[in-house]
Order: sequence, then structure tokens, then C-alpha cells
Amino acid sequence: MKVLIDGKETVAVEGQTVAGVLLGAGVTSWRTTRDGGRPRGVFCGIGVCFDCLVVVNGIADVRACQRLVRDGDDIRAQHGAELPS
Amino acid sequence: MSRVVVVGGGPAGMAAARAAGAAGVEVLLVDSGARLGGQYHRQDSRAGTERFTLPSGVEYLGDSVVWALEPVAGGHRVHVRTGPADGPGRTGRSVDTPALVLATGAYDRALPFPGWDLPGVFTAGAAQALAKGQGVRVGERVLLAGTGPFLLPVARSLLDVGARVVGVLEAGEPVTGWLARPGGLLAGTGKLGELAGHAALLARHRVPYRRRTAVVEAHGTDRVEAVTAARLNPDWTVVPGSSRRVEVDAVCVGFGFTPQLELAVAARCALAGGFVAVDVAQATSVRGVFAAGELTGIGGAELSAAEGTIAGASAARLLGARPAPPVRALRKARTGRRFAAALDAAHPVRDGWRSWLREDTLVCRCEEVPYGELCAAAREREAYGGRSLKLVTRAGLGPCQGRICGRAVAELTGIQDAAATFARRPIAAPLRLGELAEDPGPQPEAL
Amino acid sequence: MVSPDIVVVGAGVIGAACAEALSASGLKVTVLDRAGIAGGTTAAGEGNVLVSDKAPGPELELARASRRRWPDLLAALREELGPTLAEAEWEAKGGLVVATTEEAAAPLAHFAAAQRAVGISADELTPEAAAQLEPHLTRGVTAAVHYPEDAQLQPVLAATTLLAAVRARGGEVRAGTAARGVTRDAAGRVSGVRTDDGTLACRAVVNACGPWAGSFAARAGAPITVLPRRGMILVTGPLPAGTVRRKVYDADYVGAVASSDADLQTSTVVESTRAGTVLIGSSRERVGFDETVRVDVLRELARKAVALFPVLAGVPVMRAYGGFRPYAPDHLPVIGADPRLPGLWHATGHEGAGIGLAAATGRLLADLYTGAVPEVDPEPFRVDRPAVIEGERAA
Repeated sequence: MKVLIDGKETVAVEGQTVAGVLLGAGVTSWRTTRDGGRPRGVFCGIGVCFDCLVVVNGIADVRACQRLVRDGDDIRAQHGAELPS
Repeated sequence: MSRVVVVGGGPAGMAAARAAGAAGVEVLLVDSGARLGGQYHRQDSRAGTERFTLPSGVEYLGDSVVWALEPVAGGHRVHVRTGPADGPGRTGRSVDTPALVLATGAYDRALPFPGWDLPGVFTAGAAQALAKGQGVRVGERVLLAGTGPFLLPVARSLLDVGARVVGVLEAGEPVTGWLARPGGLLAGTGKLGELAGHAALLARHRVPYRRRTAVVEAHGTDRVEAVTAARLNPDWTVVPGSSRRVEVDAVCVGFGFTPQLELAVAARCALAGGFVAVDVAQATSVRGVFAAGELTGIGGAELSAAEGTIAGASAARLLGARPAPPVRALRKARTGRRFAAALDAAHPVRDGWRSWLREDTLVCRCEEVPYGELCAAAREREAYGGRSLKLVTRAGLGPCQGRICGRAVAELTGIQDAAATFARRPIAAPLRLGELAEDPGPQPEAL
Repeated sequence: MVSPDIVVVGAGVIGAACAEALSASGLKVTVLDRAGIAGGTTAAGEGNVLVSDKAPGPELELARASRRRWPDLLAALREELGPTLAEAEWEAKGGLVVATTEEAAAPLAHFAAAQRAVGISADELTPEAAAQLEPHLTRGVTAAVHYPEDAQLQPVLAATTLLAAVRARGGEVRAGTAARGVTRDAAGRVSGVRTDDGTLACRAVVNACGPWAGSFAARAGAPITVLPRRGMILVTGPLPAGTVRRKVYDADYVGAVASSDADLQTSTVVESTRAGTVLIGSSRERVGFDETVRVDVLRELARKAVALFPVLAGVPVMRAYGGFRPYAPDHLPVIGADPRLPGLWHATGHEGAGIGLAAATGRLLADLYTGAVPEVDPEPFRVDRPAVIEGERAA
């Protein structure tokens, strides 16, 4: 399957998490914090810390480590807080 | 139709579902993962195969979060959403049950230190989950640090996916700790053999294992480039002059585990020492609610499975089934708990970690609350109650709701009961406002 | 140890405001709370400082006095304590009340006209003008009224700021000390407060126990009727600034506040906080002190919030919490001396408006205590009204 990562088409396989795809592509950070603009990526890896939040198909605050990719998913970095688009 | 609901598909939850199913009662097993196994038996979710089987009579609901639990006449109502994690567009379902088994497990305890919020700093559990579940290595040159035997299997998983493990740093003195409790040590001979196996593998890969050493700072701008490792005094303060810089692109930390308590707290189960209190039948203080596995104390997969078997049988008995007493599981649970207690005593977290912090070290990662501000606000406003402390400092009020920082915040500000302050989460998992607003649909599936 | 002149029981925002005002009059004040500071009703509050939800009458007069006093008080405390300790996230953001049905439009206009007649700024807006103020508001607005005087603060910060002032003036705040009752002198006046650590001698005691005020009054030997009304609030994840700009609520809010129906009522109040989260209130239930979280209550709150702000359907709900509002059967605060027991004072019964009414309540109580001329007529809030001292039967 193919997914978009910040607009760039990337190959993914069934059963991969968004975090798995991103880390596999060498991306370690895909979120910036609201106050300090600090970069964040995976920390706990099991859905507890909410650091790996990412925008999937226009919906922000999706935990990349928990979300399995689906064909055609539009995955974007999350900058601070974002409303659904 | 009366049935047992089990929450959690790890060793404890699977065992509970099997035991209840074997006793002839209907079971619903709800798990947030894509595959059974939980953290301990994590399967590669990319594989098309399922390693575990469940008896007929057990309905398995994967990719499903229990986001709320409420008491109803004769039992509890379990509110579930099933579908792609964090929605929207998941399917809602509410199930009433007179016999609920909570097997929600635990997650790594992380201690804050300067730079711990840089990308490239992971919990040990994250490295393990990504390696086993996704075949991903978190870095090329990886350092493991923390305390407890779990660091060893994580190192092994990292080696399996081709990472270079530049060291395993154990902050404590585990050997002397174990020797002090020979009874518990003997109780876990099987477990020790497993750990010895990990240790031998590390030796073959020439992975250095250092005691009384920790990562006390991570360096980098946008990601980890190096860490400072240091020798520790017995109280975990840094031995002066012992710091050295280690070039790594990932560091994994774990200081034991924190139980996933919110559902047990929502059910008002009594806690003891930060875990859910249970009797020999795995019954909690609340009628119709059982707990098994790491939720009741950290003891590994074997103990969890034994407790799950007992809990499943107890739940089935509550529904009128007459399962044979789970004698073997009871025996295993007894010895397992002794070993767990010995291990736990051998890996205490010492207060000296607080000296690793600087004024600007974030304690609450979500709300970006630095150590200095946290302590100043608590002190100046005398906000020592849990609720007021959170509202004055914002620590624990972000998306993770104190799951990561709660224990550290409590220790740094002198709050006695971290679990009661931070584990009260009526919304046990986030859901979209639109999901919550949805019509409840058909009446909840009855007791 | 020098005995305090007066002991305030309850370190919520009402107790804190009373203690601040009394200490400003030169009295030595000790504040007791059985638990932590501001950890009860105050911690569960949204921080409303509203005039918009009150019909002309004594509570509106108290609200107006409080709305005037809060910013002045916080400015004065900033001088006294410095900016960090005086920070209470005060925001004069204004309120927007909207009707979303044809039926609700006329009553809203009527209500606003009555408020205008007594001097409240209540500007009727077209739906287009309302949409300009709140870009994410539903297009289904049938009528809207803007209340520029409505404001917000962070209740726990406000309470801790007030208590910091009490300490700075030589007073004392003791958390974790439960007041068990009062002692009396030979003349029958209050002579002290009994606590687990012994008796604390004083000349007067202020019962500021919020929803638990009835219980303390009974222990003191002068029962009053103050009952709890449960409320739940939903909290979203952090959202971008400007998602919800004012305090926005549905016009049916007014009806719910004035009602004494025990059944569940929800009316939508949506507002953002400094931290970026949006608070969604609020429900009203009479269930005693039952803390059970009911999912159907949360669902109803969510449904109404999404109806007002459709964009919120896609944002995460992160948290829900509940609290207990203190109310007297006639829905007016109870402020003043208890004529049955000299030296016993009450300041409670503010229902869901305690944060907003605290500043004027503290001042009123202090004025009554010191014999100064109060700014607000105290008569409607007096303790010995039938609903309060015979309220058990009325309720």
C-alpha cells in the first residue's frame, strides 16, 4: 500500500503503525509542542505518553504508535494544537 | 445473556478468557492491540498470522479501547470503541457484565532527566514494542539505562533487529539485592534461567553491563546525539567526576513499571501500595470485579498468566459455573509473587534521581512544566493537595493525564498518594467529542 | 501562639475571599481546611465571572459588585504579592449567549431587555455579527446577545492568590485540619473552633464549607440548609488559540440555573482556557454526594457542545470531572451572621456562581463584621430566612 508522509508518497505494508512507517523512513520527530515548539516523536511506544501525536487524514492528535496505516492515509506532522481540517 | 468481560489481551487477560471459556461461560475479551499478546508476548502486527488461539465461546474484540466504565445494577457497564486508534469513525458498543476481569497491565516508569524529552529518548518498552511489533530499531547505536531485569530482554530485542547496543546501565546493585532475599530468589529459578540466557547473549555480543551507572543527561538539539552517563552513589546521586559522554543516536530508559489503573479506579477498587488489591481468588474489593497481572503487582508473564487463570475461574464461578479449582495456577501464583517481591526489593528507585534534574528540566512533558516552576508554584501557593497542585502547576493535565509524570510530580512535591491523585480518569482513553455525542444506539447488551 | 481574631473554615474560593477581606481590615485570620487548599468545589469550577446568566435581582447586584471588584482586587494583590503569585488568569473576554431554535429567540431577547433595564450591557446581535465574534459557531443561530462584562479566571489560582495575601498579612492557612465544631463562652458566644489538633481560640468563625456547610453548621449547633448539586465538565485536548473566544452558552442555561428540578439538566457552556483546552459544561443533578460518573451525562454535554461548535466533533475529549455546587433551597447565597449563635458567620450557597461572586462576598462579609457600610444590600442573603433555617422541610 501507499501512504502520504507530509505529501510524499511512501510504501507501507499492512500491519505497520504510523510510527513504524515514520521511523522506518528515518523520521524521528513529527510533532512540535504548543509552548516551546519542541520536537517530539515516539517516547513510550505503547500508547501511554501521547508524545507521538500526528495528523492522519486531517484529524490531529492521533497516536502514531497505536494507529495502523491504511492505504492512502494522508499523514502529516502536527504543529502544536490543530483543529480538524 | 450473562458473560464475563475481560479487558486486556496480554498474558493475564488471555489466561482469564481461556479459564472462563473452559468453564463453559461466554467471554468477551477486549484489547486495544491489533494482535493478542499484550506487551510481553507482542506479535509482529505486520505478520498475517495469529500465534494465539482462544477457545470457542470467547469473543475477541481487538483494536478496541474501553474508554469508560460505570456501575450498573448487578455489575458494570463497559463502554468500548472499536476501530482505527484514536478515531474518529470507530464503532461504539456498551456491554453490561456481572463479572469483569481487569488485566490492563503496566507501562514503563520513566524518571525525568535533562534532555529526556528529546526525540531519540525512548522507554525500554517502546524499543521492545517497535522491535517485536514492527521490526524497527530505534537507533543504530543504542544505550539502555534504568533498573530491573526487563532491560535485558529489551537489549536482546534490539540486537535481534540489528541495532548496536553500546551498553546496559543498571542504576542499582541487583546482585546484592537478590542475595539478601534467597527465599524469593529460589522461588524464581525458572525466571533466573531466562535472565541468565539474556545475559549470555549480551556477553556474546560484547554488550557491556554496568552496575550503579545511569544516563543522567541527553544531549542534542532536534534529537539525541549523545548522553552523559555517570556512576551513582548508593542513593543514586552522581559520583563526582564520574560523568562521561557517550555518542548514541538512541537511549532507552526504564525504571520498573507503573500499573494501568484507570479502569480499576473507575470501578473504585481498593489499591494497596499503588497496585490493585486482590485476594487469593483475584477478587478486588468491588464485587464482580477481578484483577490479574501487572495491575496487581509486577511479576512477569508467567505470574500474570497464573493470576489470569485464577481470575477467569473466579469470574466464571460468579456466573454459576463450577470450574475445577485452578490448583496449579494457585501454586504458581504463590511462588511467583515471592519471586516478584524479591525482584522488586532488589530494584528500588532511590531518591537521588532528583539531583539529576535542573531548573529547566521538564517534569510534565505534555504541558512543558519545568522542575523549577513546578516546585516554586507548589511551594509559594502551598498547593500540596493533588487536585490543587495540578491546577496550579498544570502538571499532569495534558494529553497523557499524568500517566508519565504523575509519580515523579508526586515525589517531587511530597504528594503521598500518586495513584489516587493521577489515576482518576473517568475518560479512561481519549475519544472524539463526536464519538461521545453519537446516539447510544441500541440498548447496552444486557447482563 | 497568638490566637486569631477569626477562623475561616473552608479554603475554597469563598473562604479565601472572606479571609482576604477580613485580613485587609487588619484582623488576624486563620483558614482551616480538612483537605488541601481549593481542592473541592473550587477545583471543579470553570472560573465563571458572569452577569449574563442572572435575572435582575439581588444575585445580579452581588454579581455586578463582584465583577467590579475582581480586577481591582487582583491588581492590588499584584502590587502586594508580585506578578507571579497574583497571577489568576483573569480574562475580561465577554460572554455570548445564543439561541439555536426559533422558540428560544424571543425569551432570550426578553431576558436581555430586562437586564438592560437595570444597566447591564447586553447587546443583541444578528447571527452574522455573532459569527464574526465566534467564527466556529454553528450557523443555526436564531438570536444572540453579547455580554462584554462577562469574564473568567482560573479558580484555584485565584483562591491560592487570595490565601497568599492572607499569609503575607500575618494570617495562617492550615490544610489538612478538619473543624469539628465550635466552643462557646459563658455568654453563649463562639469562643473557639474544635479541630483534631485541639481547640483554636477565636472570637468568630466563618462557615465557608461550600456544599458541606450544612454539615459544619449542624456540628456548630446552628443548622442551615445548604445542599449539593452535582455538575460534570468535559475537557477537550488542547486546541489552537481562538477556537472558542468568549464564554459561549446556549440560552437555556438561565432556565437550568433557576430550576430546582432533581432530574438531570444540561445546558451548554463552552469556553477555552489559557492552557488551550476547551471546557464543556455543565450538568446539574441532585444526587447527594454521589461521585459516580454517568456516561449519559457526558454524552449529553458532548452532543450539545457539538451542536454549538460543529468543529469540536473531531477533537479529543481528554478528561471529565465533577464537583458539587452548594445551594440553598431559594437559590440565593447565604452571607452574614447567624443570629442564633453570636460569633458564627456563614458564607456559602453560591451554587455554580461562587467563583464570580467570591470577591463581593468576601467584601460584604468583612463589611458586616467590621460594621462598615456594605456596598451591596445584605438583606436578601441573611442567614435567618425561612428557606435556609427551615429549609430541610422546604427541600
